[in-house]
Amino acid sequence: MDDLLQEFLAETREMLAAISGEIIAWEADPSDRARLDSIFRFVHTVKGSCGFLDLPRLERLSHAAEEALAEVRSGNRQPDVQLVNSVLAVIDRIGELTEAIETGESLDDEDDQRLILALEAGTAAPAAVPVTPQAVTGAPARVVSRSIRLPIDLLDRMMGGVSDMVLARNELARKLRDSMVDGAIEAAFERLSLCVAEMRDAITRTRMQRIDHIFSALPRVVRDLSAELGKSVALEIEGGDVELDREMIEMIRDPLTHIIRNAVDHGIESPDDRRAAGKPIVGRLVVSARQAGNQILIEIVDDGRGIDGDRLVTKAIAAGILSPEGAEMLTWPQKLALVFEPGLSTAQAISAISGRGVGMDVVRSNVERIGGLVDIESRPQQGVRLALRVPLTLTIIPALTVSGGGQTFAIPRSAIDEIVRATGDGVRIELLGGVHVAAIRGRRMPVVSLSELTHAPGRPSAAPTLVVLRPAGGALFALSVDAVHDHEELVVKPAAPAVMATGIYAGTTLPDNGRPMLLLDPAGIAAVSGVAAQQLAAVEAETEIREAAHLVQTLLFRDSDGVDRAIRLSVVERIEEVPASAARFTAGRMRIAHNGQLMPLVGHCDPTTRQKLRVLRISDGETQLAYAIDEVVDIIALPPLAGAAAQPGPVAGVVMVEGRQVELLDPHWLLAEAAGLPASPAARPTCLLTMADDPWTSEILRPLVEAAGYNVVLGCPSGDARPDVIIDTGAGAADPGADAGIPVVRLRSAPLPAGSNDGSIYRYDRTALLAILGEVTAARR
Amino acid sequence: MESLYLIVGIAGQRVALAAHYVESVVEIDAVTPVPLVAAHIAGLAALRSRVLTIVDTHAALDLGRMETDEVMQAVVVTIEGHLYGLLVEEVEDVITIADAPMPVCAVLAPGWERAASGVVEIDGDALLLIDPAALVAGRIAMAA
Repeated sequence: MDDLLQEFLAETREMLAAISGEIIAWEADPSDRARLDSIFRFVHTVKGSCGFLDLPRLERLSHAAEEALAEVRSGNRQPDVQLVNSVLAVIDRIGELTEAIETGESLDDEDDQRLILALEAGTAAPAAVPVTPQAVTGAPARVVSRSIRLPIDLLDRMMGGVSDMVLARNELARKLRDSMVDGAIEAAFERLSLCVAEMRDAITRTRMQRIDHIFSALPRVVRDLSAELGKSVALEIEGGDVELDREMIEMIRDPLTHIIRNAVDHGIESPDDRRAAGKPIVGRLVVSARQAGNQILIEIVDDGRGIDGDRLVTKAIAAGILSPEGAEMLTWPQKLALVFEPGLSTAQAISAISGRGVGMDVVRSNVERIGGLVDIESRPQQGVRLALRVPLTLTIIPALTVSGGGQTFAIPRSAIDEIVRATGDGVRIELLGGVHVAAIRGRRMPVVSLSELTHAPGRPSAAPTLVVLRPAGGALFALSVDAVHDHEELVVKPAAPAVMATGIYAGTTLPDNGRPMLLLDPAGIAAVSGVAAQQLAAVEAETEIREAAHLVQTLLFRDSDGVDRAIRLSVVERIEEVPASAARFTAGRMRIAHNGQLMPLVGHCDPTTRQKLRVLRISDGETQLAYAIDEVVDIIALPPLAGAAAQPGPVAGVVMVEGRQVELLDPHWLLAEAAGLPASPAARPTCLLTMADDPWTSEILRPLVEAAGYNVVLGCPSGDARPDVIIDTGAGAADPGADAGIPVVRLRSAPLPAGSNDGSIYRYDRTALLAILGEVTAARR
Repeated sequence: MESLYLIVGIAGQRVALAAHYVESVVEIDAVTPVPLVAAHIAGLAALRSRVLTIVDTHAALDLGRMETDEVMQAVVVTIEGHLYGLLVEEVEDVITIADAPMPVCAVLAPGWERAASGVVEIDGDALLLIDPAALVAGRIAMAA
């Protein structure tokens, strides 16, 4: 059976169990608004799920019940005995039907119509309403479900138990090392140790889920909805492999679905309206997830008609939520926030999809229950940006461990821009008016010393390492630490209020050595140390950044054959450790299976000789591959290639690192090879990118165009080489290829076009861009 | 109304803690200091796979820092979902007391005043009943 259906059934069953008490309470007092609301939400949720699972009977029933309850909510109808009975009969029917779906039986649908009719106002047939549900004939054969639902508490206890086991194992390992036991015991211990590690991995995974789990259902929801409403919507999903606590995933599933449905139903206009408003006919809906500081940020952005804050105010006054005097005091964001009030909806017409003002209050209450926040931003005619922030707590985050003043701390990896040695080339620490400022290859930023920040006794290290941090929403600064230790995946737990009150910690974590460690909060450090307010020599720094733009962030690593190599950081999605057993020689090449994904493995080592593989995940957004390495050495900014490779191959050329020659990998070749395409430059069409010195063009656009199968030429069109297509990122420049009859694609940086005759494409509109490039390739053949 | 109390020694005095707060009594050896934190938070320690925030009870009572030993005894309590270890000098016993606590009938030093919620009597001795939440809050929360 379909997973989604299975989940829907389990959820409905649980909701039914939970709501049965509410139903009885409502029956006793039909004027109880809170009970009414929760029953209303139940039928609304069932209706929503049925819509995209294609369960028309359940949808009809729940829609009818919702309709009747909505009238009661709006005060147009009194909840009399007949109505209560009919609603209860419908809810019973929903229960029977879900059970029937589960057992694969069919139920007679004659009764449905009778139940729906009974809901209608003024149908004076109370006697005909069956209060007791019709018994299903014969004992239903219950199907044994293949999945079970577990309370999170139990998983927590298991997780705690396994963590204890790991700590005990580590202690035993230390004792064994000290006491020189014989080999047989050590081998047995080794086996036990492996089992414990595997078990911990498994149990950790039971709690963690990729957000893809919810995201993967969205394309279908959007497709069905937009087809039903006659709209065209392009959905873009980013960041599906962000991992979230399972409980968090469950809690944001409904809010996210509601938001998406609202966006398609009310946000995005019909094609005619969009054309009239000078917008592209296809509406854009972007759903993205990323880790921001100690939170996961999920954004839903549409380019529809936006929310009319003033109409919300009018409605709120009409509904008695707001007084006219109070309304005058409201700021625009406060007006928008009214959308979260129960019982408000800006939709002019109520449709079967959404628009009863039930969605958004559910959204907010669900997100706030897990300690999250919902932000809304909107301008009329420009769309809506909704941001859900949910806490990181209990999520595993990649972190870097550093020490300063004799103590070890963890820093979230996501906030780290680069790591440099203070004594390295191109790094200077200057004293400016009593504060330290680092100049790193032209970029200037304030320096915070970790040991001074923590008031550690003793002198700080003479040769510190600078960890350049970019806190969420803040400016760069360098944290000076005595040493950088290791990359680790840490389970972060909230710290006690007194500890959080210091402002510089994001939580606590317990590494394998059993000694608690504090996770630093980069934004907090910036605030506490005062560098957030400093913004030293901002203008000067700005001009120098341009100078530094020719340098490209590059990851320096020790390859699995022991040689130092480098790769451009922009193509490295993440660094992971996978068990060597995940690697297999299958279908003609090495591949690894990790987190349910299969990707080609490239490297110089034999995985069977190792227990664990450290791999770089290289991606162009579509094709992925894993590149086995020994360890990460540094992240440095490097100038462009010093010498290109003699032959096309995995190595693009040589770069100079501190006077040494280091091979720079060619991600394009690697990815092309991984995708199974022989990379033969001659057969490829050529694309000219006009803005050669624009870092966005060379670092972001270029790999995309190359991945689409083009050879890229940067700069001005030269006489002899005629490109097949030109991509112009310069705003308003003269048409560089018009006279030559070469197709020109104009990219703009603003999401919305400048006017109705603006033929340009938004530069992150990957779909549109790739479509044009595809057309050109096809025409060439 | 019978209640259980844990009798411990803090700053040379015998005091009582209501036993329903107390999860366990553990020995703490390694404490990770927390820079910049309020004076009464001695640091963090691991209780198996959980992290304990260690409270220096002397500092919480405005009596200066406790002397640190290699191994210290801590009373584990849960306050608002967080685990704390209250450092004590001595752990005596768990005792059942039949009488309800009485109000404090003397003017105490400010630190003790914050933490004491009453007086219980054991074998003729009057013992202060200490509120663990007040120890955990230290001086800051009370000022607010």
